[in-house]
Amino acid sequence: MQLKGAQIVWECLVREGVKTIFGYPGGAILPTYDAMLDYPIHHVLVRHEQGATHMADGYARASGRVGAAIATSGPGATNMVTGIATAMMDSSPMVCITGQVGSRAIGTDAFQETDVTGVTLPVTKHNYLVTRAEDIARTLREAFYIAASGRPGPVLVDITKDAQQSSCEFDWDAAAPKLPGYRPNLRALPEEFQRALDLINHAQRPLILAGHGVMMSGARQQVLEFAERAQVPLALTLLGLGGIPASHPLNLGMMGMHGEAWVNNAIQQADLLIACGMRFDDRVTGNVKTYGLNAKKIHFEIDPSEINKNVKVDVGIVGDLREMLEDLLPGVKSADHSAWLDHINQMKGDAAVLDIQSLPDTGHLYAAHVINDIWRYTEGKAVTVTDVGQHQMWEAQYYRHEKPRSLITSGGLGTMGFALPAAIGAKFAMPEEEIWVIAGDGGFQMTFAELATIAQENIKLNVAIINNGYLGMVRQWQEFFYEKRYAATPMLSPDFVKLVEAYGLKGLRVTQRSEVKAAVDEARAHPGTVVIDFRVEQEDSVFPMVPAGADLHAMIRRPAPVQVDVMAETGADLHAMIRRPAPAQVDVMAETGADEGDWDLGATT
Amino acid sequence: MAKHIFVSYVEDKPGVLNRVASLFRRRAFNIESLTVGHTEQPGVSRMTIVVDADDLTARRIEANLYKLVNVLRVDDVTGKPAVVRDLALIKVAVSANNRTEVMQLADVFRARIVDVTNESVIIEITGTEDKIEGLVDVLRPFGIIEMVRTGLVAMARGAVTVSPNPPLVAAAIPQPAQTDMAGVAMSV
Ligand SMILES: Cc1ncc(C[n+]2csc(CCOP(=O)(O)OP(=O)(O)O)c2C)c(N)n1
Ligand SMILES: [Mg+2]
Repeated sequence: MQLKGAQIVWECLVREGVKTIFGYPGGAILPTYDAMLDYPIHHVLVRHEQGATHMADGYARASGRVGAAIATSGPGATNMVTGIATAMMDSSPMVCITGQVGSRAIGTDAFQETDVTGVTLPVTKHNYLVTRAEDIARTLREAFYIAASGRPGPVLVDITKDAQQSSCEFDWDAAAPKLPGYRPNLRALPEEFQRALDLINHAQRPLILAGHGVMMSGARQQVLEFAERAQVPLALTLLGLGGIPASHPLNLGMMGMHGEAWVNNAIQQADLLIACGMRFDDRVTGNVKTYGLNAKKIHFEIDPSEINKNVKVDVGIVGDLREMLEDLLPGVKSADHSAWLDHINQMKGDAAVLDIQSLPDTGHLYAAHVINDIWRYTEGKAVTVTDVGQHQMWEAQYYRHEKPRSLITSGGLGTMGFALPAAIGAKFAMPEEEIWVIAGDGGFQMTFAELATIAQENIKLNVAIINNGYLGMVRQWQEFFYEKRYAATPMLSPDFVKLVEAYGLKGLRVTQRSEVKAAVDEARAHPGTVVIDFRVEQEDSVFPMVPAGADLHAMIRRPAPVQVDVMAETGADLHAMIRRPAPAQVDVMAETGADEGDWDLGATT
Repeated sequence: MAKHIFVSYVEDKPGVLNRVASLFRRRAFNIESLTVGHTEQPGVSRMTIVVDADDLTARRIEANLYKLVNVLRVDDVTGKPAVVRDLALIKVAVSANNRTEVMQLADVFRARIVDVTNESVIIEITGTEDKIEGLVDVLRPFGIIEMVRTGLVAMARGAVTVSPNPPLVAAAIPQPAQTDMAGVAMSV
């Protein structure tokens, strides 16, 4: 069949199962846009190409399928870079198509010419420059295959305008991927499993570290079977949340910089860490020199280059997590680790009294309360899409995720502005799900232009702006580590209610905890998108916190309960207890935090 | 830190050298030299990459190279029986008085004189880096006007056929290092 390059693009996308593509037109991609009208793919017109990439990414994270985005050359393509880098860091499968100037103009600084394959080289899993119509089909097939296989990631295909315009024979079958050097399906050798089993079956204080890989390889069942049989508790990374049900008795919760104290302490006290599909990011390890010093380490990981990158392990096994666990499970013996589990539970009990959830309503509106209430009123069943900052961490702490793909967040890159567009993409992937965006006043303003996309596409989202009047997470660092010198963090915002009304959407405002339920109920009942401006306490901080680069067990804890009693007795406001400790106190707590519990921390103290 | 020599087969496509170089730069791996050229197989190029890295880093480099879609095979030939060669062209200042002396020195090193003028000679030498550095040292007093070196190329000894496209399973898996647990309190 003789077709134009532009038509071949859509022929391929249809065959790759693309139903929705997020994009923005321009001169160099115009031939492809023209051909689009003849194909059954829904195009979502975004308001900024960054939005298109986050949408494709959100679509991919929600569905597990490859997300697709399209843009023009030069500025269109460079606007995609942030979204591509975001997808790269979180291993999200995505194909981005960009137009390029005509092949004869390449290298001449032609109008809207940018070396897009050069610019995106370090932030894509792979990329292509296509200069001939004949190469489009194979390239796109390879792009989708590479994006989705092995450790997934974004692939960019840059297609010159003349390649889109010229015609050639289109033969899908003949255009099968030819990738002699690409081997996504590595399998580990059997003897490696024996070494892992020897460690597992002899451990006294084992702990599973479950990451994004659990979800991506669909290994939830296998991980749970392993954990339950060998009675091994689980700690989750941020991107691992939802991979294991929050309510599972062996699930301790989130680890890392803002992980719960008992989780981080359990990591430091464990004698065996079994990492499953996670990469020992610095946000989960703290100081690697003192990380898990009491533990032998096993690393199950799909990407060989992750093994021994940040943390040296005793056994590193490469492959698909589910397949590896299936191979491992026959050798896993049932075990009783009740002493270890009891100990962790005791640490948990100690920390729970510091928990904000136990606080009575004082009339003040705390972000953690808002998020916890949203969890309660949505019965924990919503899919949440979070932005980056304090609200993101509170969400991770106070919205308990039961099912995979129910939390979509930018973990590795920490991209502000991610949430709103990613939620739009997620909605296209799972139209039946109730989706809540949890964004900060700062991040929301980075991409709120996509409210127009929401209006144009007539999408139903629920958006909670956790409005603290600050770039809160940065303010928190300034408070703890820069003597409260608030350089460029106080932030003026527009009237969000009026703003969303200008887009024809519904806006609500909440200033009291007592109003939270009514607002959440109203948002859920409304057929269109509702944005709620939650005016929360301004100078609230996320606890616990492991300062960047500090030892994992050296957490800045929530202010101690004794303080509460004192304050209660002296008539101080109860809400005062969740204020940040004064800088001097922070140091003291960081130092004494290591003494939590009665387990020997050995070399770590 | 030690020197590691990688021999890598890559697809001969535009931008592949850039992908390899970019990888080394962004992962902060230290390249000492990188040479690239054709192989006996059409469409396949061969690189010899010399890096300054400890053993663990070397495994990560290997694994990262394999992540590049256009990389077909990577072999760390460090410590394996291999022929490793560098080629240098050295232009030395000479006069009628000392030209013979320079030529004799070149001879000792089995180097060749490939150009002679009244004021200079160009010496071509192939060999290990040590040998070349030895020659450079003895020539320096005469005055080296210009020097160019290719960087190392390497090839394993013997008739072992190295397919540019091996099944490649275990090769890409970094061997775990044994953590030194001495001194760490393991007691409960
Ligand atoms: C694009 C981008 N720029 C800057 C940062 C650095 N940063 C991390 S959190 C944060 C503050 C976010 O403020 P806001 O969106 O209001 O959320 P809050 O922390 O107040 O909940 C900033 C500026 C970032 N992560 N992303
Ligand atoms: Mg804020």
